[in-house]
Amino acid sequence: MEDNKFEEVFEGKLAKNEMVEPKDWMPDNYRKHLIRQISQHAHSEIVGMLPEGNWITRAPSLRAKVVLLAKVQDEGGHGLYLYTAAETLGISRDELLNNLHTGKAKYSSIFNYPTLTWADIGAVGWLVDGAAIMNQVMLQRTSYGPYARAMVRICKEESFHQRQGFEIMTHLSFGTADQKAMAQDALNRWWFPTMMMFGPPDSESPNSENAIKWRIKRETNDQLRQKFVNQTVPQVEYLGLTVPDANLKWNEAKKGYDYSEPNWVEFKNVISGNGPCNKQRLLARNKAHNEGAWVREAAQAFARKRKEIYEAA
Amino acid sequence: MTTQEALFQYTLRIADTNLILAQRISEWTGHGPFLEEDLALTNIALDITGVAKSLLEYAASIENKGRSADELAYFRNDRQFYNAQITELPNGDYARTIVRQAIVDCFDYYFYTELAKSKDETLMGIAQKSIKEVTYHLRHTSSWVERFGDGTEESHNRAQQALNELWQYTGELFEMTEVDEILIKEGIAVDLNKVKEKWENHMSELLEKSTLAKPENVFMQTGSRKGIHTEHLAFILAEMQALPRMYPDAKW
Repeated sequence: MEDNKFEEVFEGKLAKNEMVEPKDWMPDNYRKHLIRQISQHAHSEIVGMLPEGNWITRAPSLRAKVVLLAKVQDEGGHGLYLYTAAETLGISRDELLNNLHTGKAKYSSIFNYPTLTWADIGAVGWLVDGAAIMNQVMLQRTSYGPYARAMVRICKEESFHQRQGFEIMTHLSFGTADQKAMAQDALNRWWFPTMMMFGPPDSESPNSENAIKWRIKRETNDQLRQKFVNQTVPQVEYLGLTVPDANLKWNEAKKGYDYSEPNWVEFKNVISGNGPCNKQRLLARNKAHNEGAWVREAAQAFARKRKEIYEAA
Repeated sequence: MTTQEALFQYTLRIADTNLILAQRISEWTGHGPFLEEDLALTNIALDITGVAKSLLEYAASIENKGRSADELAYFRNDRQFYNAQITELPNGDYARTIVRQAIVDCFDYYFYTELAKSKDETLMGIAQKSIKEVTYHLRHTSSWVERFGDGTEESHNRAQQALNELWQYTGELFEMTEVDEILIKEGIAVDLNKVKEKWENHMSELLEKSTLAKPENVFMQTGSRKGIHTEHLAFILAEMQALPRMYPDAKW
């Protein structure tokens, strides 16, 4: 009886496009879905710091170094807001991190690919952040308030990152022959993994239906993928590069490009832990956390001592 | 040595100290002991890379030989770098990273306070801007020295060991050469003896508060004022400079 009434209020909010806030009643599966999605997103930001951080010490100009440091710092900041948003759903950061470190929680598979050249830093900003924005823009109006508000800030910063990534690609594509080859090579390696970021084809996507009902998602995986291709191909042409897909062709009837599906077998392999960097990403996160244990303990011990002194006074 | 040559070398010295320290501490980005601290240290790296960039741009204009700030950063060899040796030492554990950072932040705080009175307007401006940033850095790193010193037995031991190992590199920060002499006469450079006194007092107070022992009678290493470094710098530069040197005609 009670629950039904709460559920009515909840459904009413969804129907009226109102926000659900932390103290509001919400169904268990809604809460679970959000914890899973927000924490996956937070983990992706934190793990994403690794492939990009990989090039900070090798950024080829002072300006590039400053921009990349600021970018990686932004990603960490996003992780922080998102962990905080997830905590409002009644789960602790320790528990969330533990899920990441033990491999129980997922993060965006794209970060299991290596950044091999400086052009990869351009490609990640341009393509990966570009794809992420496409997924995330609709989340600014998602039904859960703390998540929606975090996403407003994140989307602003991500579109800045995308422009910075494109700027790197521009320098390379209009630079020397070696630089242009570096840009093309990065595009060749990142194109299909980026296409995978929108998730499996709609026919095989298990989580979509509720997600759309709860305004956690507004467009399907395939719709977003098509939108991404349509947006990106002209940018590739501007750069004078080639999309590594022989089947790419403008289709006048659908006012969009036809394109090849990514290799979904590879996608499943990377998701299940066999991507080029899955093991080293998890190892790096675990190492940082474990080696940081004494630092966190020292801070807690110090705070306890100060509290005792304060209370004794 | 002309005033211009002295000013060029003096500016490089400050620039290189910032650049190499940033290079080192940015190795922590993504690998910090917890997220907030990861962000804080990355932020310090970002601030001091910015200072290095401004100073190298100024050095390039002083030299006036058509070399850019990037060329100064990426195409000088280790013997032409003047950063203090303490900045190029490996990060070690987090205690060592923080203790080094506190030592340098404290130096920078008093150094920039003096440099902000310089008759050279560019150095004065950069120093004034840097004081604001360094005030935050010093507050942050000092608070961690205290936490480590008066935290757990393990953190105390790690911090003390870091101090014992690093102290031999602190003397260099205050060394003055012909460069300083020439520029002090012009009202441009800082009298490092004054900075040293303030730095010593500040560090003594911080270490006492942190229950850490200040190393005594330590033999001080030297060399960076002449471009002589530890074995570590050449490796840092090999990594930092690889791409521009591999593609010398490229613009990034």
